[in-house]
Amino acid sequence: MTAVSPARFLRAILPALSLAILLIAVYHLNPRAISPLGFQLMFNLAIPIALATIAQMCVITVNDLDLSIGAYVGFVVCIAATWLQEIPVLGLLALIGGILVYMLLGALIHLRKLPSIVVTLGMSFVWLGLAILVLPTPGGQSPGWLAALMKYKPPPIPFLGGLVIPFPILAAVVIAAVAHVGLMNTSYGSILRGSGGNPKAIERAGWSLLKTKVTMFGLAGFFGMLAGLALIGLTTSAQANVAERYTLLSIAGVILGGGSFVGGRVSPVGAVIGAMTLTLAASFLAFMRIPPDWQIGAQGAILIIVLALRAIIDRLEKPI
Amino acid sequence: MNGKTEAIVRLDGVEKSFGAVHALAGVDLVCRAGECVGLVGHNGAGKSTLMHVLAGTLAPDRGTITVEADNLTGSYSVSLAQQRGIRCVFQELSLCPNLTVAENAHVFHGSLRGWGWRKRSGELIIRKLDEIFPGHGIKAGDNVGDLSIARRQMVEIARAFTVTDIPVKLVILDEPTSSLDAVVAGQLLDFVRRFVAAGGSCILISHLLGEILKASDRIIVMRDGKVVAERPAREFTRDSLVAAMGSVAKALSAEDAAKLASKRHTGEPMARARSGRQGDEKELRAYRGEVVGLAGLGGQGQTEILRSLFFSAQRRNRNASVAAPVALVAGDRQNDGIFPLWSIGRNIGIGSIRRMLKGWLIDPAREDEMAENWRKRIAIRTPDMKNNILSLSGGNQQKALFARALGSDAKIVLMDDPMRGVDIGTKQEVYGIIRAEAESGRTFIWYTTEMDELKNCDHVYVFRNGCIVADLARDELTEEKVLHSSFAEAL
Repeated sequence: MTAVSPARFLRAILPALSLAILLIAVYHLNPRAISPLGFQLMFNLAIPIALATIAQMCVITVNDLDLSIGAYVGFVVCIAATWLQEIPVLGLLALIGGILVYMLLGALIHLRKLPSIVVTLGMSFVWLGLAILVLPTPGGQSPGWLAALMKYKPPPIPFLGGLVIPFPILAAVVIAAVAHVGLMNTSYGSILRGSGGNPKAIERAGWSLLKTKVTMFGLAGFFGMLAGLALIGLTTSAQANVAERYTLLSIAGVILGGGSFVGGRVSPVGAVIGAMTLTLAASFLAFMRIPPDWQIGAQGAILIIVLALRAIIDRLEKPI
Repeated sequence: MNGKTEAIVRLDGVEKSFGAVHALAGVDLVCRAGECVGLVGHNGAGKSTLMHVLAGTLAPDRGTITVEADNLTGSYSVSLAQQRGIRCVFQELSLCPNLTVAENAHVFHGSLRGWGWRKRSGELIIRKLDEIFPGHGIKAGDNVGDLSIARRQMVEIARAFTVTDIPVKLVILDEPTSSLDAVVAGQLLDFVRRFVAAGGSCILISHLLGEILKASDRIIVMRDGKVVAERPAREFTRDSLVAAMGSVAKALSAEDAAKLASKRHTGEPMARARSGRQGDEKELRAYRGEVVGLAGLGGQGQTEILRSLFFSAQRRNRNASVAAPVALVAGDRQNDGIFPLWSIGRNIGIGSIRRMLKGWLIDPAREDEMAENWRKRIAIRTPDMKNNILSLSGGNQQKALFARALGSDAKIVLMDDPMRGVDIGTKQEVYGIIRAEAESGRTFIWYTTEMDELKNCDHVYVFRNGCIVADLARDELTEEKVLHSSFAEAL
């Protein structure tokens, strides 16, 4: 066991590899896209998706699944475009309330041993309903500071020859780093992951499983909120079901990034890369001039190819 | 009692029942500083239950638990046991496979926090591994899921001996060497002796009697939830230990023996199987009308051989073959046996659905008829066979599963320790059914962990480590022989 097994290594670099291959393909189709401005345009929408993916990853770490994250992000978008804009205190309270509801759901799922899929599926309708109550027709306006933040252009770095790192890339690095340090490097992070790997062992060692679950659902609510804020900063106006697709995109991102549905095996860096891959796949298909009607299907095909590759790698690892 | 050394743990009159089964029927146990206590007993003797009581994972129904002269009976729990320095290495591994070795050490020691926690945890566990298993080849950064099962067990054992803020006083080792090779197991036993010499205390459970005799100061023998012998280890030999574990061998009456004359001389076997690990020529054979018992300690390959027999009916298998349709009576009722949402009748009928068809559909009349027929034949106690299966007691659920197997066209019935947790009356009824069905030409292959059930078999194979180690006809069968073969040779 001294050397890292080749299968493990392949699995670890697969997310980055798929992103790189897609980038090369995009370059081949349209060389001008590989520039700071091109990156800015292609990856802008990756920021909210990456945040939603991290939120989903928190829930998947403790062997649950959040089917309400898309609706919740939509709810946050509607709150941000209305209350947060008009009465900031009320808006802030509503956002904090959202996180508290998530923590409560975690406690409920743990204490009553409910299947998270059912609970969160139900919650998705609650969030959607709340969002429509807050903003019945598309509209609203994003708070100025959010729009400004999302339009931020980092200054050129002098010692790298004036290279400009596009904001979405910078944001992705920061998101991945924060999540990685929090979950993979801190001591409590190892308990959180352990509670997905072998809950009984964690409980026997005297840790509270209720606390780990509430923590993870609370973090999911927090990152989901950030996703909503990032999204409204980009779109400038809101609509209740603006983030409907985020639920499945976020799950796909986690799995694409090397995570597993059960067993507490997740990778924050991989998840962010997975989210970027999914976003880039959309641009790639646009460059391919595939009609929009077919794009979602083609995006699914890319997903299936990458996951099939992973299944093959896993099979390489098994028969020892 | 010896006044010089204080008792770390004392159990008095501890009882624990699971439904109708008395797992512990009044156990007294004392464990003092500076001694290693060996604990032996056959399947279901109550060893594991006793360990869970000591570790705080099971609360006893009756009796007192005293830890270092404090009576903790009502409040005893896992965390209290840990605060008192009592650790347990359970048989099922309790490491998180998705974490590294160092992270798993942290799970055990919450005080390893803050900057550099990973380094300190890693050093702690590796130092202990070095001490117990020199040359182990494990790194702190290795993912536990990637380690071999033996190395995982080494990490788990070493972790139980690591100390941060609370000194370790008593470590309970439940079959610690089950996946270790002889060299590593020897290292562990040497360490246990050093630990005990330094004032620690150990309880060692093992089915390797040589290990027990070598490492313990005192040996406790359990049977049927009671302590039946307790003496210094030097007063035991392998033979006297085996004798203490078994009940007094009852001589078989002549007429019984005549009734149980071997049916082996007639024709080809209905089923044959051998284990892939079997080194010699021994193989399992079952003839028409025979009840074949699979004995030995739990989990020694009996279930695997039943599975390979069952699946050989669908797909050819090098190691197993059957000459007739097969049915399986599952041991784990809740997971592998019943359909919890269905009625009793439908649970029975699922095994013979083809015979109840009318065109494409199931004929409800024939389904009811079959259910009613079986209710009478094996006396399932229910007012209505259309009631949900869960309305039955465990024993009656098991009867329904028997009815499913017997009602099908299977000529060979495989049984995977199906009578676990079933009351004695129901057991007797089922034994009767099995005998009657065998008379009429069915073949039964029956894995059981209960010695008494073997007396219903015509031929018994004893398993150890996935292999057949003894092949006993009914007239050669004694409890002592089964025990001797079940427990490995002395080291």
